Amino acid sequence: MQNSIARAGKSKAPLEKIMNVLFLVCGLAAVVSVVLISLYMVLSGAPAIAKIGPLQFLAGQIWNPEAKEFGILPLILSSVTATGLAVVVAVPAALCVAVFLTQIAGKRLASALLFLVELLAGIPSVVYGLLGAILIVPLVFQAQTALGLPMSGSLLSASIVLVIMILPTIISVSVSSIHAVPRQYNDVSLALGSSKMQSIVRAVIPAAKSGIVSGIVLGVGRAIGETMAVMMVAGNAPIMPEFLKPARLLTVGISMEWAYSSGIHREALFGIGLVLFAFIMVINVLLSTILKKGGARK
Amino acid sequence: MSNSITGKRKRPGDILLYGVIGLFTAAVFAMTVYFVVYIFSKGLRGLSLAFLTTAPNPIIGTLGILPSIINTAYIILLTLVFAVPIGVGGAVYINEYAKSRKLIRVIEFTTETLSGIPSIIFGVFGNVFFCVFLNLKVSLLSGALTLTIMVLPTIIRTAQEALKAVPVSYREGAAGLGASKWTMIRTILLPNASGGIITAVVLSVGRIVGESAALLLVAGGSAMYLPRGSFFQQIQSSGSTLAVELYRYAYSRGENEVGFAIAALLLIIVIGLNLAVKLIGKRINRGAK
Repeated sequence: MQNSIARAGKSKAPLEKIMNVLFLVCGLAAVVSVVLISLYMVLSGAPAIAKIGPLQFLAGQIWNPEAKEFGILPLILSSVTATGLAVVVAVPAALCVAVFLTQIAGKRLASALLFLVELLAGIPSVVYGLLGAILIVPLVFQAQTALGLPMSGSLLSASIVLVIMILPTIISVSVSSIHAVPRQYNDVSLALGSSKMQSIVRAVIPAAKSGIVSGIVLGVGRAIGETMAVMMVAGNAPIMPEFLKPARLLTVGISMEWAYSSGIHREALFGIGLVLFAFIMVINVLLSTILKKGGARK
Repeated sequence: MSNSITGKRKRPGDILLYGVIGLFTAAVFAMTVYFVVYIFSKGLRGLSLAFLTTAPNPIIGTLGILPSIINTAYIILLTLVFAVPIGVGGAVYINEYAKSRKLIRVIEFTTETLSGIPSIIFGVFGNVFFCVFLNLKVSLLSGALTLTIMVLPTIIRTAQEALKAVPVSYREGAAGLGASKWTMIRTILLPNASGGIITAVVLSVGRIVGESAALLLVAGGSAMYLPRGSFFQQIQSSGSTLAVELYRYAYSRGENEVGFAIAALLLIIVIGLNLAVKLIGKRINRGAK
């Protein structure tokens, strides 16, 4: 019989090679995508920034497309302020929830509550925008009327919506990093006479620190990149950030005027895209350094 | 000593911390439940059969979201057709083929990077690359291609987990019986990782359904009419999905009631998908035991 094992192997060889190449192509899809995105963001954004002048673009305080004035400092500062406030509020709250879920709640309760956290993470951003516009913006109206300011969407409303949106990210990353802390840390601390709460604060949380920090960085990335929810509550005037006044964030700067922009105006929007992309890349590199450090220690 | 093991009295600092933790936790979950209840109480009323199964009719003044439901279904289908083979293939490559550690690290870093890029950036990129450079116009197809890149990290990561969970002995067994690598992957690995792959699909559907910022830039349009052409004609024209439609109604036109009706529908879908992920996870665990 000619049907030897060696021959069977040979007849299959071309298919094997094809599949090998196909899988390689799939494996490289993510790499190619990131390269293409970086390339196109730079190619489309850099000329605009050069044309407008980097200083006028990044440090200019006036955004007025009709007058060909493209300064995005208000947008940058609004994004940074809204994100900063959101993170400062969300981190302690998320940490408390994470501690409750991992250290205090029983298994049943924890898994039910984790389901709610996942739900919170899964709600689309337009739904958050709608909720924010109906529930949060009117609350801020009261503060605005009390201070004699016109009622409008505001930086504060945007921040509050962002708090809610980054909570699930920080909670779930913190929960999994606290879960990864070896039980002995807690046990030894208890055996040394500390109370349960002392063990959590002094032994468990410090051991989970790098994971928690990476959760926070992820939250920052999510907040700075959020578009629709923020657009629906922030009022969107390109002025320097003040909490009770309308504000336009970087992301909204792109999406608001996209539909009716052309020429240098559209190019300026590409420029905003590039600035936002630069922010995100810095955050990404930061994240991978934190994760590497955390990994190296173990 | 109040601090002793035998003395059960709690330190005042501990009590304070317990209080703070309890307060924050209660606040976060009360808020979540309130949101869900609020959306349903405002939106379920609007979800009539006519609203779900007709196109908007300006002449008699009725509203309907069937066109955007169809657009959403088309985009989900197309995106999955592109993204699932590429994502699962990528995971197979990292897990089974790649020998260079450096290459694996590069792939994993770029996957991580991709999942951190905000959707508005994908929108700008998709518009420049798919709509303009590849001349696909602002269309459902451009939308699906953009979304393919967006869901890739989720699919790669989830499929990779599933592949890792397949015991090495299965691979050795297949190799020992003379199966070639592709045969082993096709007949042993993928069937055993199918639970994880389905989870990846469900997670991706969630992301696609909720996406709005990117689609506004690459698929845009409105959803006024039911599809008139074939599937292939339809995907070359623009159209908005449910989430984009919510934005248009609630923000651009100030019709909050329609917005809440769509929000309720989206929430039902999201809850359904989350339950599905949980159920699949349970089944996989039971299988493993």
